[in-house]
Amino acid sequence: MRKQGKKIIRSIVFYVLIALVMLITILPFLWMISSSFKGQEAIRTIPIKWIPEHPTIEGYQRVFHMQGFSFARASMNSLILAVLSTIVAVMSAAMAAFVFAKIPFKGSGKVFFMYLATMMIPGTVTMVPNYIILRTMGLLDTYTGLILPSLANAFGVFLMRQSMMGVNDAYLESAFLDGASLYKIFFFIMLPMVLPTLATMTLLSFMGSWNSYLWPLIVLTSTDKQTLQVVLGNMNSMYKNNEHVLMAGAVLTILPILIVYLVSQRYVDQGISVGGLK
Amino acid sequence: MYIPKNAGKKRTIAVFLLPSIIGVICFCLLPIAASLLFSVMDYDLLRPMNTMTFVKMDNYRRILTGREFPKVLLHTLTYLGLYLPLILLTSVSEALILNKTFKGHGLFRTVCYTPVITSWVAAAVVWQWVLSGKYGLLNQMLAVVGIQGPAWLSSPKWAMVGVVMAAIWKDTGYYALMVLAALKSIDTKYYEAADIDGASGFKKLTSITLPLITPTLFLLVVINIIYGLQVFDSVLIMTNGGPGGATTVFLERIYKYAFKQYKMGLASAYSWILFALILAFTAVQFYLQKKWVNYDA
Repeated sequence: MRKQGKKIIRSIVFYVLIALVMLITILPFLWMISSSFKGQEAIRTIPIKWIPEHPTIEGYQRVFHMQGFSFARASMNSLILAVLSTIVAVMSAAMAAFVFAKIPFKGSGKVFFMYLATMMIPGTVTMVPNYIILRTMGLLDTYTGLILPSLANAFGVFLMRQSMMGVNDAYLESAFLDGASLYKIFFFIMLPMVLPTLATMTLLSFMGSWNSYLWPLIVLTSTDKQTLQVVLGNMNSMYKNNEHVLMAGAVLTILPILIVYLVSQRYVDQGISVGGLK
Repeated sequence: MYIPKNAGKKRTIAVFLLPSIIGVICFCLLPIAASLLFSVMDYDLLRPMNTMTFVKMDNYRRILTGREFPKVLLHTLTYLGLYLPLILLTSVSEALILNKTFKGHGLFRTVCYTPVITSWVAAAVVWQWVLSGKYGLLNQMLAVVGIQGPAWLSSPKWAMVGVVMAAIWKDTGYYALMVLAALKSIDTKYYEAADIDGASGFKKLTSITLPLITPTLFLLVVINIIYGLQVFDSVLIMTNGGPGGATTVFLERIYKYAFKQYKMGLASAYSWILFALILAFTAVQFYLQKKWVNYDA
């Protein structure tokens, strides 16, 4: 009996601990949602009223009717940019990885080593010169300029190469017998076979692009081109005492990516175990 | 792999490698060379490029002997010093929970990961409100237990602590999953042997679990030093380096020199100093790993 009692207490303690961790994690989100449905006065109450007494969507309305820049437009920009830069990053990485994994050529090892070496250089160092390169090319404040650096995706190449090396040559060689070209083999045999890695990379790249702040902040200067994160960052200094507007903005920024995550959780989690990328 | 002659090998190599190689050359290799060059130049973006003058190591000297540098270094190291032990503690704890089977495991995992997928801008905006002086969530909760919290982000003493709290909240779920992968790879035979010897749960944790995941903990330390020294988004949104310059950090300085004052030479030099610092810290970690990292299992 005593042993069983001890076991029950232990599992109660365990569940309390779990509940506590979950509460700490989720409380700022609940606070954000709760505040976003309050009015200017109602957000400043002691004690906290988690359920607003007079729920209002004033905060959301004001987000969509800001002077100077459009939240809806920024959402659209973010979506377009995230899709485009994901396609660029994933396709260029997959194509290069295919060569490194399956098509031997002279100097292949050396070139690949160069890729690995570039991974050591933090983005901090390349940020200023990349800006100047885009400026020289006249690509500042353009989406092309924002996306182009996604071509340099050494980590993606590394990840895809690992995955492609695991594909048995026999599958590919048998396609040659049917007269397939290397292009066909890449698109119709290799890519389908590494689909999980491809999906993981696509998702992580999409989320990374959607959430990125510093690079779009530097490159895009006209207000009608700016992304959601930059607009939310600007709002932060404009609406200092209107937290309900800010929280509404934050909800609208988080929601799309949260839905993407919930739908595709499996592949995102995989990415962490595969390569520990951010 | 055997490739027949008519499969277009050369052309495929060229076409497939080109986009990626161009990217790496134009946006990695060339910038590294350019950055080194700029760092020894007086390069003001507002003046035409041909007025750039060679100033030898002046940019470096100006930064390293200036009054600002020790403060920036101190703030960055304060951030890292608070963040690193805390993130190890929280992510290992969370991973230990995740490694158990219990009802609601999936929900717990999803909830823990939600802050990770949230953008730093949104997280920082929310945490600014959480840490707000009188009406903020944290201080209202502290008030319940009779503690009067400071106005976190507007107090020079507490601002960095506030940033670290937000960062721990945001990053724990991410590193917990990395630790979890390590926990899952531990051979159960160790625990079975310990059970036979009648070891307690705590003893098993300190004598089996933790030593066996030291390679992953080492990775976590290295990654977090690299990222921690480059802390930016959170600081820029939550404090913008303030109050009164109390949270100025490296990347925030580089950003402001380059894109607010257009001193590209100075900013480049600053970024190389940061890189040297990252390299030094990482090297020290690799040296120290012999003392605590266990690769035997």
